Amino acid sequence: MGRKLVWAGVLLALSMPGPAFADQPTKGGILSFAIGGEAPNYDCHANYSFSAIHWLAPHYSTLLKFDTSAYPSIVPDVAESYSVSDDQLTYTFKLRRNVQFHDGSPMTSADVKATYERISKPPKDVISLRSTLFEDVASIETPDPFTIVFKLSKRDASMLANFASPWNCIYSGDKLAKDANFPRTSIMGTGPFVFVEHAKGSHWVGKRFDRYFIEGKPYLDGFRAVLMSGPAMINALQGGQIVAEFRGFSPAEKSRLVDALGDKATVQESGWSCKLDILFNTAKKPFDDVRIRRALNIAIGRWDGARSLQRVAFVREVGGVIRPGYEFAAKKEELTKYPGYSEDIAAARSEAKRLLKEAGVENLKVTLLNRNLSMPYTPTGLFVIDQWRQVGVSVDHVQLETSPYQASLQSGNYDVGINAACDFMDEPNLQLLNYISKDLSSLNYGNYIDRTLDDLYEKQKRAANKAERYALVRQFEQRLFHEAYTAPLIWWHRIVVHHKQVRGWYITPSHYLGQDLASLWLAR
Amino acid sequence: MLSYVGYRLLLVVPTLVGVALLIFLMLRVLPGDVVEIKLRGDGGHVTQDVVERERHRLGLDKPMLTQLVNWMVGLARLDLGTSMWTGRPVAEEIGARLELSLQVAVMATLIAVLIAIPLGTLSALFKDSAVDYVVRIVTISGLALPSFWLGMLIILTLLYVFSWSPPITYTPFYQDPLANLAQLIWPALAVGYRYAAVVARMVRSSLIEVLREDYIRTARAKGIVPRLVVIRHALPNALLPAITVIGLEFAFLIGGLVVTEQVFNLNGIGKLFVQAVSRNDFTLIQGLVMLLAVIFVLVNLLVDLFYAVLDPRVRYR
Repeated sequence: MGRKLVWAGVLLALSMPGPAFADQPTKGGILSFAIGGEAPNYDCHANYSFSAIHWLAPHYSTLLKFDTSAYPSIVPDVAESYSVSDDQLTYTFKLRRNVQFHDGSPMTSADVKATYERISKPPKDVISLRSTLFEDVASIETPDPFTIVFKLSKRDASMLANFASPWNCIYSGDKLAKDANFPRTSIMGTGPFVFVEHAKGSHWVGKRFDRYFIEGKPYLDGFRAVLMSGPAMINALQGGQIVAEFRGFSPAEKSRLVDALGDKATVQESGWSCKLDILFNTAKKPFDDVRIRRALNIAIGRWDGARSLQRVAFVREVGGVIRPGYEFAAKKEELTKYPGYSEDIAAARSEAKRLLKEAGVENLKVTLLNRNLSMPYTPTGLFVIDQWRQVGVSVDHVQLETSPYQASLQSGNYDVGINAACDFMDEPNLQLLNYISKDLSSLNYGNYIDRTLDDLYEKQKRAANKAERYALVRQFEQRLFHEAYTAPLIWWHRIVVHHKQVRGWYITPSHYLGQDLASLWLAR
Repeated sequence: MLSYVGYRLLLVVPTLVGVALLIFLMLRVLPGDVVEIKLRGDGGHVTQDVVERERHRLGLDKPMLTQLVNWMVGLARLDLGTSMWTGRPVAEEIGARLELSLQVAVMATLIAVLIAIPLGTLSALFKDSAVDYVVRIVTISGLALPSFWLGMLIILTLLYVFSWSPPITYTPFYQDPLANLAQLIWPALAVGYRYAAVVARMVRSSLIEVLREDYIRTARAKGIVPRLVVIRHALPNALLPAITVIGLEFAFLIGGLVVTEQVFNLNGIGKLFVQAVSRNDFTLIQGLVMLLAVIFVLVNLLVDLFYAVLDPRVRYR
């Protein structure tokens, strides 16, 4: 039985210099910030969007969480400590004894069990969007009120990270027993802030939970989140009516705010666990021909494109299926060997023309489906069009609103498309899910079946160690890029600008993480 | 008159039934539904079983005729149903935004009327003079400048020149009149300017025409003071077409300030409409269309009744 001394990790993280600020937190103040969207309901388990987690996270806790000051380190949240068995099939969590729900009732292992049973095996009328992440959980045991044991039927390399997901908000077991859907309409967690008010379409208010389980936190008296985006949000940030927005800004917005706020602004930047993919609808001719898909893929000069696009859009890095910089990502020397990633774009274009000629489509015309969002879809779409024109392919750029765009992808009513893929953490199980066969993943819009990819996905998921997993992810990439069903175009780059008085918030590659606001404080 | 009003109100019923049918069918022709956006719109991996269960919960798996009947029966009971996105009653969703939209529309209308009638009258009375040219420049600028762009200019001027920007959340007038006006006066001005330009042009052209009429010449020949000729005899008649425009503009403002609401971050009906459309929230779209249809019908009725007040020749039976 191998035990991990997680507090050692916490101490190590604390001893590391923070990315921005080292001064002492002060208590008090109301954080006023913007959120760019609104969720359909209040249930963490039934939502995907940042526009849900940014509202909900301050009210809830999770078993573990990511330490945003030392991402991707994982630290306990309501857990006090945890251990993983040598065979990685048993996860045991010791819970803190002082955790209370906002109604004053104590949180015990029964609440955690009820929560995870709702996530992994939801009742018929409950929506759980991440049940597949816990499909290997065979049983959940609660030997005492402060111990919970998860037993897995198979090893899953992502399991620890899954327990740190911000989406696994812990709910009251008693409340769930009375109404399994109470979290859709009610907010009652163990997080640092108590829910006060939600004015639909306008704002959301939370106040400090005085009995929060971490002594001294949260630092803020409360927060007021305002629903706003675009120029109105930038104006409000400049005018000081809000002091932050935590999703991300375009380079132009960053420049404007930095110019306007001067030394009152703090800019934090990071890679982003989001990317744009180019999709080929393999169910439609001529994209069932691998030569055409490959030609279109290798004709895109990603390296030059990244240098140009980063000036106008929040994109920057060239990468494979895993975010560049993450431990399972392909290194540049590996990437440049993949089709589509060569730095010799002239040679790649010659090869693309040869492939198109061989396939008998020298004057290929394609329709490129894209979302009508300026950031970063439109500039990236225009870049792709320019690249393909250089190999004689003419492109009709169709940009649609989200709803018809999504419907076109789902129904296969498109030729070639640009699609974004964002995940709440860097984790091959999540990122590779976009590329496995259609019958296994609803995210496969290329409409292909490839059992080799499915097999590699399963193997990397069950890998015993990181080296083995890294090698399997490389094999997966090689297969994917060789078949060119779909391929990453460019990875996003996250820029967050906030007022300098906002302290204790650290940017990570995921805009879903670190939004419980427990450690955030306002400098006076 | 009362029987006429009763007759007109009765005519509203088939009009609204027609609108309800049309919007229901039009929405069902469009591809996609709210479930796709809710569960997969942000790239979520969701099994088809979950999608189907949510469709079932929302009643989207029922035959179209059943859905239509449910919708029409609900309407007959003044029940607009529940939003497919939030699960809250449509009436509640609309009610939370209607107050703000109505206030902006009323304020913009007041601003427009207060500016447009004097300007249009001056322009007509001093046709082709320096006054007329100045008014024409002001009104044509109002027509040419989009309200949202003017709104952006207002906000940026307040921000850069006065280091101040309007409140970003709504406070009802009865709670804090100053905070309320500090937020809503700016969009009302931005919208009211264009609105005033439309009405002023209408008043000008209409008054010029009326001033050439025989009865005006007769009034002048009888020696009535020129000011009274204009106020008592010319202006009421010249205002008839302007009132139609004011009525239509007012009704449009309730749900049509989509971009202006974005610029000023107003939680109004226009923004709700855009959200409902982008989410394929059929029930909310249907509810909003019905609301706007009712507003247009009632405003038209009020305009017709106002005609009778201004023009004694107009009598409804």
